[in-house]
Amino acid sequence: MVRITKKNLVKELTTEIISTSRNWYLLFGVFVLVWAIGIYALIQQIDKGHIVTGMRDNVVWGVYIVNFIFFMGLSYAGALISGVLHLFKSPWRAPVIRFAELITVISLCIGPFFIFFCIGRLDRLPFLFAFPRIQSPITWDVIAIITDLFGCFIFLYLSLIEDFAMLRDTTDISIKPWKKKLYRILALGYVGTKKQHRLLSRAKNVMAAMIIAIAIIVYSVLAWIFGVTLQPGWHSTIFGPYFVIAAVFSGTGLLIIIMQLFRKIYKLEKYITRKHFVNVGVLLLIIAAFYGYFTFSDYLTKWYGSVKMDKILIDKLFEDYYLMFIFANYLGILIPLIIVGIRKFRTIRNIVIAAVIALLGLWFNRYIIVVPTLETPFLPVQDYRMDFIKYSPTWVEWSLTAAGVAIFGIFMMLVSKIAPLVSISEMEVSEEVQDQ
Amino acid sequence: MADNKRSENSRRRFLKNIGTGLGAISVGGAAAVAGNKMIDSSGEKVRVLTAEGKVLEVDKDALKELKKETNEKRESAREGIPNRKFIMVIDLAKCANARKCIEACQEGHMLPKDHEWIKLYSIQDAEHTAPYWLPRPCFHCDNPLCVSVCPVGATYKRDDGIVLVDSKRCIGCKFCMTGCPYSARSFHWKDPEVEAPEDHVYDPELNTPPVEGTVGKCVFCADKLRNNELPRCVQACPMGALYFGDLVEDAITNGVETLRFSETMEQKHGYRYLEELGTHPSVYYLPPVNRLFDYESGLDGLSDQNRERYKKTGPRDAKR
Repeated sequence: MVRITKKNLVKELTTEIISTSRNWYLLFGVFVLVWAIGIYALIQQIDKGHIVTGMRDNVVWGVYIVNFIFFMGLSYAGALISGVLHLFKSPWRAPVIRFAELITVISLCIGPFFIFFCIGRLDRLPFLFAFPRIQSPITWDVIAIITDLFGCFIFLYLSLIEDFAMLRDTTDISIKPWKKKLYRILALGYVGTKKQHRLLSRAKNVMAAMIIAIAIIVYSVLAWIFGVTLQPGWHSTIFGPYFVIAAVFSGTGLLIIIMQLFRKIYKLEKYITRKHFVNVGVLLLIIAAFYGYFTFSDYLTKWYGSVKMDKILIDKLFEDYYLMFIFANYLGILIPLIIVGIRKFRTIRNIVIAAVIALLGLWFNRYIIVVPTLETPFLPVQDYRMDFIKYSPTWVEWSLTAAGVAIFGIFMMLVSKIAPLVSISEMEVSEEVQDQ
Repeated sequence: MADNKRSENSRRRFLKNIGTGLGAISVGGAAAVAGNKMIDSSGEKVRVLTAEGKVLEVDKDALKELKKETNEKRESAREGIPNRKFIMVIDLAKCANARKCIEACQEGHMLPKDHEWIKLYSIQDAEHTAPYWLPRPCFHCDNPLCVSVCPVGATYKRDDGIVLVDSKRCIGCKFCMTGCPYSARSFHWKDPEVEAPEDHVYDPELNTPPVEGTVGKCVFCADKLRNNELPRCVQACPMGALYFGDLVEDAITNGVETLRFSETMEQKHGYRYLEELGTHPSVYYLPPVNRLFDYESGLDGLSDQNRERYKKTGPRDAKR
């Protein structure tokens, strides 16, 4: 086993803060370009109206709302991994906990933008605060998301304070003066006295417990936006817990992908090993089992009975959405189960593949929850305009989706210039690090 | 004398504005407006009569400003017409898909041609049952999900049973559209390119002109009801299939005949569409029995576009 020492720790985990490679600029440029195209698409949408999207009177929410649920779900990476692992003091959490927290805060910032894209009059957005109606699940959502965002941000910041203090004090590496100054402010005068340490770890424990609870509320409220309506396929009591499980599933999947990406790009092989992938992979396996069970029982009850609208919807899923349904609800669940479940398949590469399939499968699972239901209203869609009958997303919607992914990358890369992506303070106390 | 007349006019205008439903504005409010404008006041005073019978003198400029504020009837539209509970009864035996209701509605509400607040569906309930034409206005439910889910109170239910949309409040989130199980709402996906007349006063009871990025729907022609007139679609229907009335008076009329609502329901087995959803619609249907026209006659004289939309008509689950 490679030996990790404290001195090396600081040096190796701060390379990105000290210097910037050409590849970094290249990748950053690509992300900015994709993001800029998205902005152009958004300007088109605001200028010409929502007619430039594929959404019409029946499918009033399309890819945007799918992305909204999806990004909000990714934020579960932090709530679960960082929250639960922190509370249970899992010994292997140290190198992955920061990634999880970052995913949470960044995806929480991105998610709500997708619901803004659904809104016809962005100029009237302040009305949500000026004339709020507490009966509306959207108001619940506004309150819950804002609370979650603050909670997760505080939790992330608390976990960064020790690292900021270390970066402020360290002489092992050369840090630009403006960054030193920044760390001095961000460290909030933390010098590591016993009292400070005790207060900080207590605050972290409280926040860890809180963000788990808040995250469950946020995602349930999100599910209820669909559940409270009478639409076939949405009007389901299972939706709250089902969405929560699905969110944890996607969060865990993304965590594995991000771990692998940054492990390769930032050369963290020494810190993030197969053990971490297997551990997070087993989490993915357990959640996949639950998620598969929820999916199965939701569709089984709809299919077995003979409620007319449910039957029309299920028939549509197995006709027009057959391949998507197979990919999302069979492959997306079974492949992670098999890869992680069978010991000899558990290589880092395979686990990452399983995570990618899980993540894509989940996106399509959201799509076939949202779109087919809207294409199946109680009164049949009788229209001469094809686009009113069948939804197909336009380039505007895809560009903005890509922009969402790009801005995620941009945020991640920018943060890596300020804060260590692997928590130095957590590593220091973890058992793998030796003093010499 | 001329001065006197002018002040007389101003007074009338002022009282008229109060009368349109802003009776709640107190004398204090009016005085406060006057106070704010004191600096650039014209010095001309006019006398106004308050609701309590007091005569007050107010600066003339204050009246102008107040008029500007009351130019919209957004607040007054939230008050229902007292002691009414409006209902509609649609006799499916008489509907022949003439589509005159749609035309009258679109004209009256300045709607683009592809926006139909009242829609005509061709419905066949099951494989061996006969198809029929189903006009579908907004059902103005007594338990309206669209109102429950609206985050900003842009859509609301009045005590006379009418559900309206304030298109100056609507943020266009479309949640009401997913909430409505009857697809009664439509969204202005692009600029409707409709110009309102210059002296147009915005009133959700008429809800014109359409606004891009907001949701619209049938308003039961609440503006017509204020003047004791029938809704446009009811007036336009050449078959007399649409009846409109008041549950409190237990009377409905299609403009030709007036019927007792309760008797009609009883004798003709009236029902409400999708009753099981628990939304309690204000629109009732009379079943298509002893029809005046066969179903096919509803397909005659349709434009190609409209023929297209009914091409795939049939029971939705007949092919299984």
